[in-house]
Amino acid sequence: MTDIEPDGTVDARGATCPGPLMDLIGKIRGAESGDVIRLLSDNEQSLTDVPEWAEEAGNELLTVEERDDYNAFYVEKA
Amino acid sequence: MTEHVVIVGGGTGGTVLANDLADRLEPELDAGDVRVTLVNDDPDHVYKPVWLYVPFGQRELDDGRRRLADLVDDAIDLRIGRVSDIDTESQRLQFHGSAPSVGYDYLVLATGSTLEPDQIPGLTEDGHNYYSESGATELRDELLSFTEGDLVLSVIGTPHMCPAAPLEFVFMADDWLRERGLREDVDITYTYPIQRVHGNPHIAEWARPIMEERDIQVETFFNAESVDPETETITSMEGTELDYDLLVAIPPHRGIDLIEEAGLGDDGWVDVDKHTLEAEAAENVYALGDTADTGVPNAGSVAHYQAGVVGQRLASEIRGRPATATYDGKTLCFIETGMDAASFVEFDYENPPSPAPPSEKLHWSKLAYNESYWLTARGLL
Repeated sequence: MTDIEPDGTVDARGATCPGPLMDLIGKIRGAESGDVIRLLSDNEQSLTDVPEWAEEAGNELLTVEERDDYNAFYVEKA
Repeated sequence: MTEHVVIVGGGTGGTVLANDLADRLEPELDAGDVRVTLVNDDPDHVYKPVWLYVPFGQRELDDGRRRLADLVDDAIDLRIGRVSDIDTESQRLQFHGSAPSVGYDYLVLATGSTLEPDQIPGLTEDGHNYYSESGATELRDELLSFTEGDLVLSVIGTPHMCPAAPLEFVFMADDWLRERGLREDVDITYTYPIQRVHGNPHIAEWARPIMEERDIQVETFFNAESVDPETETITSMEGTELDYDLLVAIPPHRGIDLIEEAGLGDDGWVDVDKHTLEAEAAENVYALGDTADTGVPNAGSVAHYQAGVVGQRLASEIRGRPATATYDGKTLCFIETGMDAASFVEFDYENPPSPAPPSEKLHWSKLAYNESYWLTARGLL
């Protein structure tokens, strides 16, 4: 378990692709530089979508936590 | 005791449902055991797909408007007014102005999407769209006199109404400009927020080669951050900057604030069971069409199919029987691929779309459906 304290969380569990990534992008849009946003997603596609977008946008994917039936992505806004 | 069903929203979902209930519950309505009220804030019903054709001078706004009173069965109480509060505890709606409140036994929310261009600085000043009546006419005025330069279509955020429409617009613009001998003088660029050209991977795989063939430039992972009307540039969160001479943008969408205020879901979309369409956070509340957060496209066909499911479920509940009808995610769309060709897709929660080869026959099928849509609204088709 990470000890990162997120500044905001997006719970996109149950959403189909590209919902989780779009929810994350929406939250990052309104965040401050340096804020960490946590995305909760049970969509497998998020495991590739989120790292690819984070790299493209210059944000940093700090870690991905595997939970029982979903993943938690921690993304820091550049 | 009379059971009262209140439907809020007179778009495709609400209107089809009202007529479905008028038919399905005819004996109960005649006997006064059931009352159905359809609430809308406009006396007209608007068929939005017409707007795609307005910028190309092919349709007029009036082609997409009819009086709700002419479309809805006489057994339905039609109320023109704007809801100001949804209280799911006392099962009551308040209205703006001095209109009396209304109690319900069953509530169906079909309030659709609203546009929020102000989320993106500069977009309201210089961005055009065909997702509103004013937008479609203003874009028509620009497009009809546009003869050279950079035409950028930017999809800003999802979900938005009719996920196929941005693809349709660039395909139609490409073909329309070719027909007029202007295509060599116009560069078309299409931007999309994720790493492909459409949210559905199957449709994206189908559309991408067509875009390459037609020399439509593509910028993926492009989430518009701001528009600068002075320099005519649009900049993305990912750091890409595009010059434009004509910017067509699909603005950010959301539902209505009342839904969030009532605790039914975020961003104005109602959290529902995606099969039963029942609200997660309140009893006796359904949502359908764009309003229901099911993950399927915000499309008229979805609202149409969902209305049939909600109609069956409500009739069962009112008759004291178990409600067994469920929505399977069925979606059906024509996709224009030019001025005289279209494709067609049909899919659901389990089965992905497989776009049909574009043909003139499908294009005419789409135009024919647009004309016969009014039969759908009346509950006949």
